[in-house]
Amino acid sequence: MESSSESNSRSPLRKFALILFVAGLTIFAGACKKKVAAVPPAPTPPAPAPAAPTVKLTASPEFITTGQSSTLSWTSENATKLDLEPAVGNVQPSGSTTVSPTTSTTYTITVSGPGGNAVDTVRVTVAPAAAPQPSGPSATLEELFNRDVKDAFFDFNQADIRADAREALTQTAEFLRAHPDVKVTVEGHCDERGSLEYNLGLGQRRANAAKQFLVSLGITEDRMSTMSWGKEHPFCTEHDETCWQQNRRAHFVMAH
Amino acid sequence: MMPKRWTWLALTVAVVAVIAIAWTGADSRPVPQDWFRTGTGIGVKKVRLALPDFATTNAAAQPLGQVFDQVLWNDLDYSGVIEMVSKSFYPLPSTWPSQPNQLAGKQQQWTATPVNAAMIAFGNMSAAGNSLSVSGWLEDLTNPAAPPMLSKVYQGPATAAGARQLAHEMADDIVAMLSGGVPGIAQTHIVYSHQIGNIAELWVMDYDGENAHQITHLRTESFTPRWSPDASEIAFTCFVPYRGVISAQICLYSMAANRVLYFPRFAGTTSAPAWSPDGTQLAFSSSMRGDPEIWASNTNGTNLKELSLERHSVNTSPVWNPKTGQQIVFVSDRGGTPGLYMMNSDGSNVVKIDLPDMGYVVDPTWSPNAQLLAFSWRRPLGNYDLYVMDIASHQLLQLTHDAGRNERPSWAPDGRHLVFQSDRTGRNEIWTMFADGSGLHELTHEGTNISPNWSWK
Repeated sequence: MESSSESNSRSPLRKFALILFVAGLTIFAGACKKKVAAVPPAPTPPAPAPAAPTVKLTASPEFITTGQSSTLSWTSENATKLDLEPAVGNVQPSGSTTVSPTTSTTYTITVSGPGGNAVDTVRVTVAPAAAPQPSGPSATLEELFNRDVKDAFFDFNQADIRADAREALTQTAEFLRAHPDVKVTVEGHCDERGSLEYNLGLGQRRANAAKQFLVSLGITEDRMSTMSWGKEHPFCTEHDETCWQQNRRAHFVMAH
Repeated sequence: MMPKRWTWLALTVAVVAVIAIAWTGADSRPVPQDWFRTGTGIGVKKVRLALPDFATTNAAAQPLGQVFDQVLWNDLDYSGVIEMVSKSFYPLPSTWPSQPNQLAGKQQQWTATPVNAAMIAFGNMSAAGNSLSVSGWLEDLTNPAAPPMLSKVYQGPATAAGARQLAHEMADDIVAMLSGGVPGIAQTHIVYSHQIGNIAELWVMDYDGENAHQITHLRTESFTPRWSPDASEIAFTCFVPYRGVISAQICLYSMAANRVLYFPRFAGTTSAPAWSPDGTQLAFSSSMRGDPEIWASNTNGTNLKELSLERHSVNTSPVWNPKTGQQIVFVSDRGGTPGLYMMNSDGSNVVKIDLPDMGYVVDPTWSPNAQLLAFSWRRPLGNYDLYVMDIASHQLLQLTHDAGRNERPSWAPDGRHLVFQSDRTGRNEIWTMFADGSGLHELTHEGTNISPNWSWK
């Protein structure tokens, strides 16, 4: 696909013309907004409602490797009932607990009180632990998969296989050749900047591209199914390029 | 490239000049003119309407009367065609009419300054047992000799929900009369996706955010719902696992039967379903044959056709021309970044909809009269904002400014309102506004709420 940079060079003249145009639009849009329907008379102030509950849930650290644990901490106000899921249950208005999820998990705390409900979530991302070197005979297939199968990463708005992705997929192909019974699902993922629907499509293109590259390395098509999570299951939730790059990937999951 | 650049500059200067002329011209006029009518009644004088509280003829009706008065006021006030006259200008409450003979001969005290009303709506209600009965009238104050424009009895359950429903019915009757027959939207519904962690279920609420209730219980992720034209079904993107495989698929939900209906599954990602205006077909995006293309089928999945044939690109978010069903607007990144394209509904004659800037253009939606497109556009130096474009002239109106990320616009059936999602409060919630960007209402306040869709009627 042809690449197109959003900051492609414009002549200063054209830039100026654009600014004029945008300014015109803005002024005019302002004019349109002058006519606002009359506000109805303020109703008599209601009796003070009970304060709405608030809750804040954090995890430290948010990124762990398999076998490590993370501490979930929460604080709340005006909440009488707190429920932390999955696997924790009812908790005090503030506190902390230690969790050791084996796969990446989103923890949700739901609180309620006389003033309503509130929810907060935090995601603990679990990376596979570095396998013991060299792997003993005790290493399970799952451990080998986590160690040797590499995800492919992509540029913004692209589904082309980069040089680093080529290297990663070549390693993945080696594993799949060595384990001919293993089937995989290739999951496409995107950063948060596109729309939900567009990212479902873009993630699918990334999964397709990774699969096609493996086919070109001799892995048979029927061992790989593809799907896309779009931007819905990010590996990282910060709003910066480091994090976005983590989320633009084709991710391999062993199919059972 | 020089000549092209100069053409562009000349065009821009011309457009700015037109804006400038329109702007200075507006100063001498009472109401600024828009570039084009978005259907909100901008530039048209709204009818000034007085709405004295309805009389309650027994004690049981009193609390219901307060609900009724407030809901009717809010419905008319947010209709876009009526200017509600503040009650502080009304004559003494003891003189407020509750039936026509109490108004007879006294129209002048409602038309005189400061009320200056042209219309008055009034009435009374009584509650007996489980039923509530409201008698309502609408009269043209400037034409006292004429019979009432509206004279109707509304009946329903004697509950707050019942009072709310009767107020919506009367509001729609009044709005239809004062807007040239375009039905009101007080009884329309909005479907949306309510997210908690990794679960997203479909919910439905009234157009004003009331009566929000959960529809699906799939315990998975359901997104981008769309009402069928008759509101009997909802098509959406779902992640329901099947034989151990999970991927985006199309799900159909029957509102009547309260269950998921059959729709075939395809390999890869199938998403973003949209109804044809006659309700017989769905257009959607599917990667069943490689990269995501636009497909259409009957609502049971038969008669499957691939409409777009542009390989190595994402094609998604199709929407049918709601008037004719003859065109489909969709999103494609065949040009590098996602932009809008229009094609005939058989896939022929694909045309890019050019905008005067780069960036991401997503989430198109066609106004009910098929003359306008609303969409979300992230320009190179900004965040996602909502715009409306006149399809014939390509003139643009920006609706949101510097207020977070605004996406998924969907038109109300009156063509005067839009519902959309915005994260301006720090979290995605559902909002409505007039189609000129004014009159913002936040409808949801708890959890994360996305992908709203307004019912067709």
